Amino acid sequence: METKTLVLGVIGSDVHAVGNKILEISFSEAGFNVVNLGVLVSQKEFVEAAIETNADAIMVSSLYGHAEIDCRGLREALIEAGIGDILMYIGGYLVVGSQEWSEVEEKFRNLGFDRVYPPSTLPQDVIPQLRADLGV
Amino acid sequence: MRLIILIDIGSTFTKVSAVDISAPALLANTKAPTTPDDVSVGLDAALSSLKETLEAQGVSRTEIENCRKLACSSAAGGLRMVAVGLVADLTAKAAKLAALGAGARVLKTYSFQLTDADKAEIEELQPDIILLAGGTDGGNQSNIIHNAKVLGSMNLGIPVVIAGNRSVSREAASYLSKSCSTYIADNVMPEIGKLQVEPARNVIRQVFMEKIIYAKGLAKASRLIEGIFMPTPAAVLRTGVLLSKGAGSVRGWGDLMIVDVGGATTDVHSIGSGNPTKPGAVVRGLPEPFSKRTVEGDLGVRVSAVPLVEVIGPHVLGERLNMETTVVQQKAQKMANNPEVLPETSEGKRFDQALGYYAAHIAVGRHVGHLKEIYTPSGVLWVQEGKDLSNVQTVIGTGGVFISNSEPLAMLRGVSQDSTTPFELRPENPTYYLDRDYLMAPIGLLAEEYPEAALSVLANSLEVLS
Repeated sequence: METKTLVLGVIGSDVHAVGNKILEISFSEAGFNVVNLGVLVSQKEFVEAAIETNADAIMVSSLYGHAEIDCRGLREALIEAGIGDILMYIGGYLVVGSQEWSEVEEKFRNLGFDRVYPPSTLPQDVIPQLRADLGV
Repeated sequence: MRLIILIDIGSTFTKVSAVDISAPALLANTKAPTTPDDVSVGLDAALSSLKETLEAQGVSRTEIENCRKLACSSAAGGLRMVAVGLVADLTAKAAKLAALGAGARVLKTYSFQLTDADKAEIEELQPDIILLAGGTDGGNQSNIIHNAKVLGSMNLGIPVVIAGNRSVSREAASYLSKSCSTYIADNVMPEIGKLQVEPARNVIRQVFMEKIIYAKGLAKASRLIEGIFMPTPAAVLRTGVLLSKGAGSVRGWGDLMIVDVGGATTDVHSIGSGNPTKPGAVVRGLPEPFSKRTVEGDLGVRVSAVPLVEVIGPHVLGERLNMETTVVQQKAQKMANNPEVLPETSEGKRFDQALGYYAAHIAVGRHVGHLKEIYTPSGVLWVQEGKDLSNVQTVIGTGGVFISNSEPLAMLRGVSQDSTTPFELRPENPTYYLDRDYLMAPIGLLAEEYPEAALSVLANSLEVLS
């Protein structure tokens, strides 16, 4: 199997580091090449890292409720940078309060994410879908 | 006694020093104007006056003739390089840092695909070496291949050092090999967040020794001596590393900075990890090299006096010196036109001092890391970009402006933290030293083979200013 490269990070002014480490370990063990940018990652850093590493997917985490503001324009920035087709996932506590999940999911799909995951999603639920999307 | 003669062929002066490495001491120090058409003439002149001084001290002629003679050079424009990478803040920046660390003057750094306009510009710039990077290992391949093809189509006939994505290094070289000699080094950025500049630095130095000194007509001089081993700034950086780390029984001085204010440029070197000292600060951005060099082409106290005054702000300088803004500008222009003239009046000396202060202040501000306050739902957080040098205890001033002025300390104080720069991670309370004997470059030539002796000579020569 060809090794696929994932750029991983927690977007915005969010410092939740534990889940980020768990994802790094899980994706690496599943055979992906993980480029982990850690916490406090700006849109620019996601885009630039994806270019240099020729990444196949961008995996965004957000656990502090401000994901919508942080992610607005990310897909557009990727298009500008010439890698607009890249696969993009997001997961975590994406909004504040209890909102209908289907609305949240639609919101983030409209922001350009290919898959959106609710809180408490386990890595083993994501990995098969990721493999399918990447054709490996 | 074991004599070694160290030579620094500069753009203005050729400086020679004689050291005894068996009972480490500096024996003599002379200089003569560099002769650009044939540097061996100026070198000969400097060597013969050194011989006289040594003979007067009772050193025998045969000993002088037969001793080792090592040199570094910044003559003929220094080592002029162009750096090429992919993303401006990633591999392009890493390539620039590698070239600077190798002692080069980086004429321009290019990112993404080279265009026809870039091609024309590179032809005009006529670099001595091009450093070609792009892509992490296993990462982007297309950009470095594209750029190799562009450079290969240009008939440059100069060495190209390739330090990009290792998967395509050879392929990139194949597009260049018709018109250029190519050298492959390890990637300057093998993965995101990891800087690896040493291998590229070493290859550049090798190319400098094998090719560039011939291309620049310095080979004639190298017949008088054992060889020209590196560009002068690379030697200074080596001296910094030696002094910081120590050698054998001689203890190192720990983290330090070297500030070299020159006529045309201001160089800043820092040796140290630059890890955060502020509790809870989070480091972002490209990691920076342990031994880091930056060069500011717009900050200099003679040839670059006019741009320096513009950066400071003529009114700021006017207020400090109690002068009209237009007078300040005229004075700067005069200094740029007559770079060899040293000020004689007290007013001229004060002007020089102010320029030296600001050149050091601004250059260090650009070299050090910065703190940024960000507000998060869990409170205020500090983000650090670049090196935190606030705990650096040793700052060394080198270069003519510090040595010729009677107040070097007043100028060097521009390096440290003050109330106007709360977010710049400058040394807070360092001890300042003056390189009175111009030893920063020559000692670097000794550093590899005779580290202990080199360090003792240097430590005895540096003058404490505060």
